[in-house]
Amino acid sequence: MTVTETRTLVAPGTPGRRRGGSRHYDPSRRRSILLTVLLWLCVLYFIVPLWWLFVSSTKDNSALFSTFGLWFAPELSLWDNLQTLFTIRGGLYTRWLLNTVVYSVTAAFGATLLSAMAGYAFAKYDFPGKKVLFSATLGAVMIPLTALALPTYLLFSQAGLTDTPWAVIIPSLVSPFGVYLMRVYAADAIPDTLIEAARVDGAGEFRIFWQVGLRMLGPGLVTVFLFSLVATWNNYFLPLIMLNTSELYPITVGLAQLQAAATAGGGTQALFSTVITGSFVAILPLIVAFLFLQRYWQSGLATGSVKG
Amino acid sequence: MSNAPTLNVERTTRKSAVTRRTSPTKRKQYLAAYLFLLPFFVVFITMLVIPLVYAGYLSLFESKLIGGEVFAGLDNYARALTDPQFLGGLGRVGLFFIVQVPIMLGLALFFALALDSMRARGSKGIRLLIFMPYAVPAVVATLMWGYLYGPDFGPIAQIARAVGLGTPDFLSPGNILFSMMNIVTWEFIGYNMIIMYAALRAIPAELYEAAEIDGAGQFRLAWSIKIPAIRPAIMLTVIFSIIGSFQLFAEPSLLNTIAPTVITNSFTPNYYAYNLAFINQELNYAAAVAFLLGLVIAVISYFVQLGSERSARRERKGL
Repeated sequence: MTVTETRTLVAPGTPGRRRGGSRHYDPSRRRSILLTVLLWLCVLYFIVPLWWLFVSSTKDNSALFSTFGLWFAPELSLWDNLQTLFTIRGGLYTRWLLNTVVYSVTAAFGATLLSAMAGYAFAKYDFPGKKVLFSATLGAVMIPLTALALPTYLLFSQAGLTDTPWAVIIPSLVSPFGVYLMRVYAADAIPDTLIEAARVDGAGEFRIFWQVGLRMLGPGLVTVFLFSLVATWNNYFLPLIMLNTSELYPITVGLAQLQAAATAGGGTQALFSTVITGSFVAILPLIVAFLFLQRYWQSGLATGSVKG
Repeated sequence: MSNAPTLNVERTTRKSAVTRRTSPTKRKQYLAAYLFLLPFFVVFITMLVIPLVYAGYLSLFESKLIGGEVFAGLDNYARALTDPQFLGGLGRVGLFFIVQVPIMLGLALFFALALDSMRARGSKGIRLLIFMPYAVPAVVATLMWGYLYGPDFGPIAQIARAVGLGTPDFLSPGNILFSMMNIVTWEFIGYNMIIMYAALRAIPAELYEAAEIDGAGQFRLAWSIKIPAIRPAIMLTVIFSIIGSFQLFAEPSLLNTIAPTVITNSFTPNYYAYNLAFINQELNYAAAVAFLLGLVIAVISYFVQLGSERSARRERKGL
């Protein structure tokens, strides 16, 4: 996988070359009803489970078992469920949500900054060892986290870092794929002439990066940030092995624990609606983030709409 | 250089003049580049390289009741290669890879091409809604599908009963792997679709115009222009899918709570390594299993890439 080959993946294109502007090729004139219907039917597969999750979070336990899953029960219990969710075990759920936010935002911020710096260096400088270092970075994409989790755990426990937030945050700072994306992105988004001009003006290399480079990397940064955010937010394996204290759990490990309690409890069925409501609340922030930032991450990944 | 003959004076001075003009700037830029790379590589080495080496080291030892840690050579690997639990798990994720990945990537490619053709109404909405499950953590997705599959209040069972089909058992030993495939497919079609779609949008217009003039239909266009053009992006999704399916963890460990008899502690190699290390306390053996799994993933990724490069070359020759 060379850089030029995969360039199409993220390279910000020059607007003039886009086929949207082409006169000969204008397929928007020929809509297909068949394709439209087919695609919207497929969308149901992706949306119905989430719809079920929403509907179920408005039901109490008996309604869960007695009413049809895809429609509301006569009585809405969403408010009660939320109250139970946020007060159960001394408000632990709120703690889990906050932990998840803190871990994933810190990790994503750090990973983005490290990736941007490294990607910028790979894209804009020639230096001895560049090829070797970049190959090592790319090769690391293939190392499975599994092979790392166990020894990382042992090393962290020797350093006394297990069962602390750092145990979740530090390993999540490495994003070889982020470096790769930033390199490809920086190569096209930051003109060499601009860097040269800044140098002639007497700006130092770091000032050029902070004031010229980072500004032009905008959509690329949002893309790497969002994808690192999701990776840490959704991570289950790493926090599961690193953390022992319930108060430190992120939402994924917390929910899994609640679910285990709900299933093992048998008689204490009250937990099912709590688990379901907890699952529904847990996915809202990320969905909102993706919707809210879609202009940025889609243009970070795709092309065209980005400044040349 | 100091005692170079005077004959060479002119050449050396010219050369040193050149180096004097570029060298300090160059050196300053080298330094800047290394400083930019430093933070990433510090974390890279401490969080990737050292643990990897350490895992390899651990896997060569054995913990004995008498004598503690003893060098065991490749014994742990020999044990893993004849361990039916490890091999069974590997077989399961292998089957998972062969069945689920083509379905998932095929559908992702279909959606990407369909949206790229711009022939459907509401393309933007379709794209976002298909992508949405990516924002759902694997834990929540598995919990949710676990309930959806459930025989009591799962809507699938409710509908099946209502039309007289009886209660389907999605969590039986024969079905659970396919139920798991469905969960992963649901989660990741959108993500893969977005990668392919982004690549499709980057294909230059000229490529299409020529084909349009030739009167090529949408299927021809997709097959002979679009798919070859985004081959690297497709390759990327294949590699990510290899890694993802061989490392399955959250899905089996969450399904274990609702189907404890079906999901054994070695259902997937990753889940097995976790159970070995944290439940059985067999750290050294767990390290060997994790290392072997990593090796399997690397080897398969390598051969898949090699195969793709070869077929790309063959295609280019054929054209």
